[in-house]
Order: sequence, then C-alpha cells, then structure tokens
Amino acid sequence: MNHFIDRRLNPKGKSLANRQRFLRRARAQIRDAVQRSLKDAAVADIDKDRKIKISTKGTREPRFRLDRQQGGEHDFVLPGNKEFVPGDEIRKPKSGDGGQKGKQAADYAEGDDDFEFTMTQEEILDIFFEDLELPNLVRTTLKETPSRAWKRAGITTAGSPTQINLVRTMRNSFGRRLALKRPSVADVERLQAELDELEREEPQTENTRGRIVALKEKLARAEAKRKWVAFVDPLDVRFNAFSEQPVPTSQAVMFCLMDVSGSMGEREKDLAKRFYMLLHLFLKRRYEKVDIVFIRHTHDAQEVDEQEFFYSRQSGGTIVSTALEKMLEIQRERYATADWNIYAAQASDGYTQSGDARRCVEMLNGEIMPLCQYYAYIEILDEREMEVFASEDSGAELWRAYRTVAEGWPNFATKRISKPADIFPVFRELFRKSETVS
Amino acid sequence: MSGLLFTEAEWDFATLDRVYKAIEEIALDEFKLDVYPNQIEVISSEQMLDAYSSLAMPLMYNHWSFGKLFAREETLYRGGYTALAYEIVINSSPCISYLLEENTMTMQALVIAHAAFGHNHFFKNNYLFRQWTNAEGILDYLAFAKGYVAACEERYGRDEVEAILDSAHALMDQGVFRYSRPPRPSRERTLEKHRKRRQYEEDAYSELWRTLPAGIAAPAAPPIPDPEDEGDDMKLPEENLLYFFEKHSPGLRGWQREILRIVRTLAQYFYPQKQTKVMNEGCATFVHHAIMNRLFDKGLIGEGALLEFLHSHTSVVYQPEFDDRRYNGINPYALGYGMMADIKRICEDPTDEDRDWFPAFAGNADYMSVLKDAWANYRDESFIEQFLSPKVMRDLRLFALHDRAADPAYSVSAIHNEGGYRALRTTLARQYDVGIAEPNIQVVDADLQGDRSLMLHHHMHRGVPLHEQTKNHMLAHVERLWGHEVGLEEIEAEE
Repeated sequence: MNHFIDRRLNPKGKSLANRQRFLRRARAQIRDAVQRSLKDAAVADIDKDRKIKISTKGTREPRFRLDRQQGGEHDFVLPGNKEFVPGDEIRKPKSGDGGQKGKQAADYAEGDDDFEFTMTQEEILDIFFEDLELPNLVRTTLKETPSRAWKRAGITTAGSPTQINLVRTMRNSFGRRLALKRPSVADVERLQAELDELEREEPQTENTRGRIVALKEKLARAEAKRKWVAFVDPLDVRFNAFSEQPVPTSQAVMFCLMDVSGSMGEREKDLAKRFYMLLHLFLKRRYEKVDIVFIRHTHDAQEVDEQEFFYSRQSGGTIVSTALEKMLEIQRERYATADWNIYAAQASDGYTQSGDARRCVEMLNGEIMPLCQYYAYIEILDEREMEVFASEDSGAELWRAYRTVAEGWPNFATKRISKPADIFPVFRELFRKSETVS
Repeated sequence: MSGLLFTEAEWDFATLDRVYKAIEEIALDEFKLDVYPNQIEVISSEQMLDAYSSLAMPLMYNHWSFGKLFAREETLYRGGYTALAYEIVINSSPCISYLLEENTMTMQALVIAHAAFGHNHFFKNNYLFRQWTNAEGILDYLAFAKGYVAACEERYGRDEVEAILDSAHALMDQGVFRYSRPPRPSRERTLEKHRKRRQYEEDAYSELWRTLPAGIAAPAAPPIPDPEDEGDDMKLPEENLLYFFEKHSPGLRGWQREILRIVRTLAQYFYPQKQTKVMNEGCATFVHHAIMNRLFDKGLIGEGALLEFLHSHTSVVYQPEFDDRRYNGINPYALGYGMMADIKRICEDPTDEDRDWFPAFAGNADYMSVLKDAWANYRDESFIEQFLSPKVMRDLRLFALHDRAADPAYSVSAIHNEGGYRALRTTLARQYDVGIAEPNIQVVDADLQGDRSLMLHHHMHRGVPLHEQTKNHMLAHVERLWGHEVGLEEIEAEE
C-alpha cells in the first residue's frame, strides 16, 4: 500500500486565502454586482448563495498577444475537411459570430467579458453591509458607565462552599494522599481479613501468635495514618473565582413601527415589509444580542410577533401616536437605557388623524428622542405622489410635522420610498457610517 | 477462481494496490518504461478544484488570480458545464498523481496507467524536461516560494506584493529563456544570500537611528556583491523580460527581484509542458491504451471494464470537426494518440506509402523503441514535422488555410492529398511552434545614463501585430517593473 495516500481527509479550503484575495481585489466590481443583483430580488432571498456577474475590469490578467485580425498573414490547419480543394475561398466570419473561431480566439480569451461566479451568503452580506453601521453604536455608556458582569477569573483557595471546584479539589486530594502514602480502605480490609484468618486458625502456634501481634500493630498504624492523613484536607480545597468586569453594551433593541390600517395598501405594506426585513437581517448580523419589537397600529397599537406583523391584516383608522405610546410603555418595562441601545424605525403612508401629528411631535421631542440612538421614519408613497412631493419640504401632515423634529434632532431621519429599487439606497443612506450624527 | 483484479465499480485501497502492481508489471517489465517513483494521492472533487486553480501544483503561493480561477472553475463545475479531470499529474520526483475519489475502479486503473506511467515516463525521458526542469527540486522550491511570498506580504504589505506579482504574471510568457539555459545559483545560495542580508540589517540596527528627525535615513546596507553580476553588462538584446528586470531594473528592491525570479522560475518550469502538449498527452494515452488492453489479454480485467475503458478512451481522443459546435482547436489527445498509434501500425504493418515516407522505421519490429526515441528527443513541432503520416492527415481530414488579415476570405492552401501532405505537415508543425505562436518581444535598449527609458521591440512574424488594447495594459505592467518610461516598437522581422 505504499504507493497510495488518501488525501481526502486533508483540511478543506486550501484556496480560501486566494479567494479572499480575489474578493478583495474585485471589491468595487463585486459591490456593484451585489447591489444590482439584490435590487431586483425578493428580500427574503438575500441570505442565499447567488451567482454574481462582475466585469473583469480590475481583475484583468493581460498577456502580450497577437492580433491576427489586424494585420499580417498566417497559415493554420483545421480538421474535418469535407469539400474543400486547394484554391477555394472561405469568407471570414464576422467577429462576434460564433462558428469557426480558428486559433486566435483560443489564445488567452480575455477582454471586457463578464466574469461569473458564485458567492456565498456570508460574502454577499459582508459586501452589502460593508460600510453600514447603525449610528452611535459606540454610545456614551460605553465610555461612562459600562454595565458589569461576573466573569470567571481562575481558581482560588478561599470562597463559598457553593463555588467549590470538585475536580481541582479532588485532584489535589488524590495527589496528597498518594504522596503521603495514605492506606486505602482496600489496604485496611486486606490486613483485617488476614488477621481474621490467622485468628481462626486452630491450634495457634507461637509463630501464628507472633504474626497476629505484628498484624494488629500494622493495622493500628494504618488506621491511625488514615486518621491523620485526611481524605480531603482543607489544603486541597479549591474554589472557582469570579470577578466583576465591565462589559460594553452591545445589545440593541429595534422597535419596528408600522401602520397597518386600511389606508396602507398591499403595495405600501410590501415596501414596508421589505424595509423591515432588511433591517431585521442587518441587525441580526451586526449585534451580538438584538431584540426586535414589532408594533403595528391602526387607531390602536399592539405588540405582535414577526409573523403577525408582516402577514396579518387589520382594519381601522390611523392614530400614529398610539404606536409611540406603546413603544414607550414597552421600553419602560423591558429595555432600560443603561443596558440597551434603542433604535426605532417607523413606516407609514403619511396619513394620520388630523391633530395627531402634533401629538406625535410632542412625544418625540419630549420623551422618545432623548432615549433613542436613532429614529428612522420611512414614508411610502406611490410614484405619482413621489413626483408631486419631489421637494423634501412639501408633504402630508405627518411628513411636515416630522420634518420639524428632524431639524431639532440630528439622529432623526426621514426618507421617502416609492418602489422596491428605492429601498436599498435609502437603507444605506439612513444607516451609513455617519460623522454628522453625534 | 476468476483471475480478475476487480469486478465491482467501487474501489478500495487494497484493490488499487493490486491493480497498481499489475499495471507496474506490464509497464516496467513488458514495455520497459522508465519512470520516477510514483506517489498516488486520492483526493476529493473540491481538492481537485483547489489543485486546478493553483497551476495544478500541490502547493503554491497565494495570489488573487488563483482565487479567480477557482471561482470560475467551481461555478462551471457546480453548474454542470464541465466535468473535472480524472487526474492531475505533477512533473516531480516522486511523481505525484492525483486520482479523483469519484472515479470508478476501471477509471482509477486507466488513470494510473495514464498518469503514473504514461506521463511519468514522458517527464523523465523527454529532453526538454530533462534539460529545463528539476523534478527533484520543484516541490522544495515551491515551498520556499510560498513561504517567501507570505513573508513578503507580512513585511511589505499585501498590496505591494500583489502589485509585483500581477506584473510578473503578466510577463510570464516573456519570462523564459528559449534557447540558452541561464546560469542559476542553487536555492541554497539564494537563501544564504538572504540570510546574510538579514543578518547585516540586524547587526547594524541601532536604536539611535530612530531618534533622528524624519528625512534622514539610516545608512543603507552596502550591497552584497553578487558574483553573478560582476562585470555584467546587460547583454542586450534580451528576450527574457523577467530576467532582465530582475537583474537590471533600477527601481526594484531586493525582495521584488526575488519574486520576479520565483515567477520566472515557474514559467521556465512550465515551458516544456507548453511545447509538448500533443506529445505528452499522446504518450500517456498511448500507454494507457496499451496497458489496459494487456490487462484484458492477461485476463485481469473483465469485458465490462474493457468497454467502460474504451468508452472513456474514445471520448478522450474524439476530434470534433472544425464546423462542429464543440470544436475548440485540435484535440492534443486525438492528434498525439493518432500519430503514435499510427507509428505502431507503420512498424507492424507498413504500406508502400509508409515505406516511402518513413523508410527509417517502417517495418521495424520493435515499435516501442521507435516511440521511446520520439518521446525522448522531440517536441510537438519537431515531432509533427517528422512523424505526421499521410494516413493520420487523411483520418483527421486536415486542411490548411491561408489567412491575410486584409483579405475578406481565407484561401485553402493545402488539403489531405498527394500534393498537400508536405505543406500541410509543415503548416501544422509551425502552428505548434511556441516561438511563432507567441509574440517575440525583446529588450533592445536601456538608457541608463540618460532618462532611463527602456526600448522594447516586437519582432513581427509575417506582419502580425500585437493586440492593441492588451498592449497598453501590458505596457503599464512593464513600466511598473522598470520604473521609468517604456517604449514598444513593432518591427518587421526579416524572413
């Protein structure tokens, strides 16, 4: 069997280093391609492997090569002659024509052709989220009052009995017993058995009696030694140690607020859904621990699970402030600002009961914005409306009201979208790494 | 008891071993092949893709282009557009062959015969490989290269290393000595030189230098004289561009020169393979065909296995016609095997035509010695010029076209008939001459005293110019290596 080596179990991914270098090299092209490819796809598909087609710009591997179409002459041989005789003329195929390529095309086929390959979900998402970052993650609490947590800090000789480390303790105990030659129970039992046997012996000779005395002495010594070499000595005992250490707050809660009332049509909901799904995915990736709270509202707000939030219907009027109230209520109950980074995203078609917008503004200015790291408001319009409201300044009541909030709070953003293709740019803009938001 | 070595399609290592021994007996005792010791490794499809993408070498330094190749191959393979090769074989001693785990037992036998004996014999005996490659040393050298490139990335940053490798790869085709073997210091001497330089830098390092204000550099290490460089003028013109830049480029640093050397060493290592595609594959195919048939004759493999082998063999040597959708140049397996099988026929059963064309060996009882002589002493171009028989030309229905770029049509210059054989043969042989197929570019002048501009000449063969767009991309690479302006002139070569 000396000729064969089974390499199948060798570690995989030998060319991973090369792949990373390639992705890095083609970064710009890949980023474009990923954006393009995701734009038209259903958002739920975002976490799948997909084929990416990039232009070869940036990953060209040129070689000097001859261009026989441009000039000069040459001869070449082809197989499969059927009817040609010397002197025949064959019209040249137009370039780009398939068919007979001759030899020249085989030489380093290289040009501005697209290059197609498969990227894994991980790689795609990395690219997509590359320079996105929820603003203000490095929040003030990181610097000032970090929360603290008990972390393991090795082994100590003192502690409370509940923290005893049995393995370490018994290991020490065993070592000490071995070193001090403590007789085991088995040793003692063996001596006792021997003694019993001698004592039962009839008749007892001088010799036997002598051995009995010796044995008894030995047994006594063993018993005594077992007493003064304890099975577990206080010296052996070890405790698990813990120390309190600061941990940065890397947990975030995202409040997703959505209007599900009758005025939100199928299309609007679908757009909002896509925006949230993307957010959802983004958050799942970015933070160690992310809670997401879904609040839907009509004239009345409810906290619901993800499924309900996206897929169930409800009818009723529209009072946006109920959702804000609900959010505050949940925040007070479960998400203390000391431990949680709070983000909120609201999607709406911009309609609300008259007068409610003012209440919303009050709540935002007074209570919500001081708590939030970031608040994004997405207004979903149809394309006709989008043209009407081309300027940022004009809009429905809620929009105009929210604009005033945005003026006062740099971490409040408003955006409009009207078609799926708008979502990604808006998403990027809202959550790009931003210096301006302090 | 049947004498068959195997009856199932599944393989296991015990069976592989039995089959290997049977094949070895035939190859060495009956055909008297002369091979390097074999090392056969079974690998998975993913590992095969890995091997593909690093120039089919078992280890290779890291570079994005290998990642790109892997991505392409993987997409094609997973999409079902291409199948993987059954094997990869490396010109090294021991000769490493990779078998794909998915092969059936028959295929494994075929592949062992093909790679471990066919290719192996060719590598060990062909004059190009003997003269130009060092089978014993290549794996060590690659290990050195991989480590060296990684160390450079560490010291000088990935971008720097990537840039120099990009340029070096671009010039790989112009990084070989075509005619003269260059003086090469041994790897040990190279390493020793580096060790010394490092040592000097460490010895000469002084904390004090760091306290100097910026802009005043520490004294540079005195150049360690390279015995090779002494009294060395540039010996222009120079066809090996990588060698020229390694030795004479004014701006490159030591490690960059070493990387150029690594790339051109690889280019030189692969150069013989480029010149012997037809012969190499022909030899391996001929050998596996002979061995598999012998196995069957000796009652060691069954009819099922023989049919499976023949099916695979015929698809390997299939030559689509020029107007076929599958046509992608002349299949080296088809041409090489066809010619070699025909040499055997000419030896065993010559016609008058054969006696006329090949008086030297027509009717020679020992066809194997004729083939071995051809395998040892020819490359594709000379092999075709010498051995292509009229029968093979007729079988493949070869015809030659004359192409003038200015004309709207090709003209048929020769076909497989009495008047055309010789012209056809010469044309085909020329087609395999790498000296003609690749542009001939030389450094002719370097103005070291003046503005340091460099002049390259492309000697056009029959007026064929360089591809304009790639030429410009390439000049950027050349300028990076030279560090100053580079001009490229295309001049008409005198025929």
